[in-house]
Amino acid sequence: MKYIFDLHQTMLEQNLILVYEGEFTQEITKSVLAMAERNMDSSGEESTIKRKVFNVMVECLQNIVKHADDVEHNHSAIFMIGKQDNEYIIVSGNPIRRNHVASLKEKLDQINSLDKDGLKNLYKDIIKNTEISDKGGAGLGFVDMARKSGRKLEYDFLDMENGDSFFCLKCSIARV
Amino acid sequence: MEILNLEGTEDTPKIILDKGNGIFEISGRSLPEDSAEFYQPVLDWINEYAESPNPSTDFMFKLEYFNTASSKLILDVLSALEDIDGVNILWYFHEDDEDMEEAGEEFSELVEIPFEFKTY
Repeated sequence: MKYIFDLHQTMLEQNLILVYEGEFTQEITKSVLAMAERNMDSSGEESTIKRKVFNVMVECLQNIVKHADDVEHNHSAIFMIGKQDNEYIIVSGNPIRRNHVASLKEKLDQINSLDKDGLKNLYKDIIKNTEISDKGGAGLGFVDMARKSGRKLEYDFLDMENGDSFFCLKCSIARV
Repeated sequence: MEILNLEGTEDTPKIILDKGNGIFEISGRSLPEDSAEFYQPVLDWINEYAESPNPSTDFMFKLEYFNTASSKLILDVLSALEDIDGVNILWYFHEDDEDMEEAGEEFSELVEIPFEFKTY
C-alpha cells in the first residue's frame, strides 16, 4: 500500500491540485474543467488568471481528446494542474507515434521562437488560411496556449518500450 | 423565416437568430467537441437570411470563453455576415477581460464589417 502514500507525497511536493490519468473524452474534459474551476473559485483566484488557466486547460485537454488516438491502445494519457505561490502549471502527457515527433517538435520550436506580436501574426495567419481538420482542430491550440501563458511552452519526448513516444507538455501561467 | 434558438450549455453557447424581432445573438461559452458541426446550422441560417436581410442587422457576440476550434468557426460566421449590407457587430467583453477584447479586435481586422466594442 506504500504507493498510495508515495503518490500522495509526490502530489504535495509538486503542489499538484488535480491529477487525472485515463481515457480522455469531451465529457471528462468538462468534468476536469469543472473541478479546476471550483478549486480556483473556492480559493478566490483573480478572474483574469482564472480565465487564462481555463483557456490553457481547454486547449490542452482537447488536444489529447483529438490527437492521442493516433496511437493504438492508448486512450490513456495524463493531465495535471499544479498551483504554486507565483504560478499555475498545466501539464499533460500522452503517447504519440514516433514518426510524428519531428513535426510536432518543429511546430513547438517555431512557436517558442516568436514574441507576442509574432504569435499574434501566426494566429491570424493560421485562422485565415486553415480549414478545420477531420479531427476537428483548427491547428491553433499550441499558439493560443503560448499567447495566454505569455511564456515558452516546455516539452519533452520520452521513448516508450513499445516504440512510441511519450509527449510531455508544460505550460505555466503567472499568478502575479 | 424560422427562428434559430439554442439554449446554452456548459460547452456550447446560447444562440438566438430571429429576423422578425431583429435579434441576433451568440453568447456564453463555446468549446464544443465538434465546432464545425455545432456552427453549421448557424451558417445555414445566415446564408438563408442573406437572401432577404433586414435593412440593418446588429449582430451581438457576448462570449465568456471560446476555444480555438470555435474561433475558426466564429470567423466563418463573420465571413458569412460580411456579404450582407447593413451588418454591425456588437462585440461584448467583460470589463477586465483583455483577451476577449483583443480577440474581438483581431476578428475586426480579418473581416470588412464595422465592430462596436462594449463592456459588461
